[in-house]
Amino acid sequence: MIEVKNLSKRFDSLIILDNVSFSILDARLIVVLGPSGTGKTVLLKSMIGLMPVDSGEVIFDGKSLKSATPTEIYEIRKEIGFVFQGTALFDSMNVAENVSLPMSEHTSASSREIKKRVTEILEIVGMSGKECLYPQALSGGMKRLVAVGRALVLDPKYLFYDEPTTGLDPMMRDQVVNLIINLKKSYAKSGIVVTHDLDTARAVGDEIYMLKNGKISKLKKIKKELYG
Amino acid sequence: MRNMNPFSAIGDFATFFFRSVFIPWRIDKTKRRILEQVYYVGVGSLPIILIIATFVGLVSTVQTSYQLIGTVPRYILGYTVGRMVMIELGPVLTALMVSGRCASSMAAEIGTMRITEQIDALETMAIDPYRFLSLPRIIGTFIALPLLTVIAELDALFCGAVYAHYFLRVPFGVFNYGLIHFFVARDFFGGMAKSVVFSLVIAAAGCYFGFRVKGGAREVGRAATYAVVTSSILILVLDYLVALVIFG
Repeated sequence: MIEVKNLSKRFDSLIILDNVSFSILDARLIVVLGPSGTGKTVLLKSMIGLMPVDSGEVIFDGKSLKSATPTEIYEIRKEIGFVFQGTALFDSMNVAENVSLPMSEHTSASSREIKKRVTEILEIVGMSGKECLYPQALSGGMKRLVAVGRALVLDPKYLFYDEPTTGLDPMMRDQVVNLIINLKKSYAKSGIVVTHDLDTARAVGDEIYMLKNGKISKLKKIKKELYG
Repeated sequence: MRNMNPFSAIGDFATFFFRSVFIPWRIDKTKRRILEQVYYVGVGSLPIILIIATFVGLVSTVQTSYQLIGTVPRYILGYTVGRMVMIELGPVLTALMVSGRCASSMAAEIGTMRITEQIDALETMAIDPYRFLSLPRIIGTFIALPLLTVIAELDALFCGAVYAHYFLRVPFGVFNYGLIHFFVARDFFGGMAKSVVFSLVIAAAGCYFGFRVKGGAREVGRAATYAVVTSSILILVLDYLVALVIFG
């Protein structure tokens, strides 16, 4: 379970997060909606300690990130798979190397075991046979799938998705959405999806939150005129 | 970064260097990346270093002979060119060339990784970016630069000897007599000490300015420029300080 308690963050006089609080229960996926530029990515990055916050804390399974040592923070992060909006794939590495990196860094698995795991992961994300391609040779949607694969390789408990369907064509968007749903249902991955796309939010979210003007509020229903 | 005062900047650079070097790491996880850097810095810079060293050898022989031949015994040519190349020209010019080629590319590569969130991605994967990116570059340059310097010195001395033999009527034997008979180990090892210090500065400057990039393509370009300018200045400052300690 992840508990976000009174998270606040401002850039100079601009308030990005204003006492933001919510919880993510195990095997549940929450969606944070909001128009572009409202601080959704800041929220995600603050939650895992990539960005310092002004006040508040995030607690992962009873362990607060605020009081954790750098080593403990890294241990917490091993339980989180993070999918970046821009995918952040390493352009000097091919698909297999990108996906296997966390495994080769954090485990003592043999190269055969790593190869087997990469094959397994690429099958789950629908990218089998693309092991040797470099990110430059992939479409935006394929990169997104590989990024999900990389996030999955250590079998983390939580998955954080930053705008996972933004900029994708409808077919690829459906593929990514189905993958997110499948990971939640079949592999009990809980986590958070931040998006401005209402259809994605409807499809994947167990709970929907709206982030606007730094404040977060829980939505009962997503209406078309949500962004006013 | 641009708004930092010089003392803060020096402190920040030193902190970055120690943060990158004194960090727990495992050879089996880092070996491949170190070897890649040794290859990139060492083998990749070899052609340009050989060209530079050839002309360093030729120019120092021409100018030394212009100043000395006729007033001192001819073996002094080998002695003087040898000392010049080993103490000063070999280490400094090799370092400046490697700085121009490698510090800039390190800054640009890491800077691009910074603005495309690849460094953030390392953090989210619980991989220390200093260990993953800086350490292999610093160790790789630390291994490659002294080796390049030795090769550059041998090339410069060989070319100097050939020039002296064919154009100045100073036979190989005479040139080598001056070179070997008056050889002082301190000259060679002093030059190597400089090379080791320069290697740390080049790699650390390249990585430091790359890590500090914020913004977009323009900042990446600036980082590359800062890396080369800073490392070149530091090479000359440290050249003076090491010379004071070893030869002063």
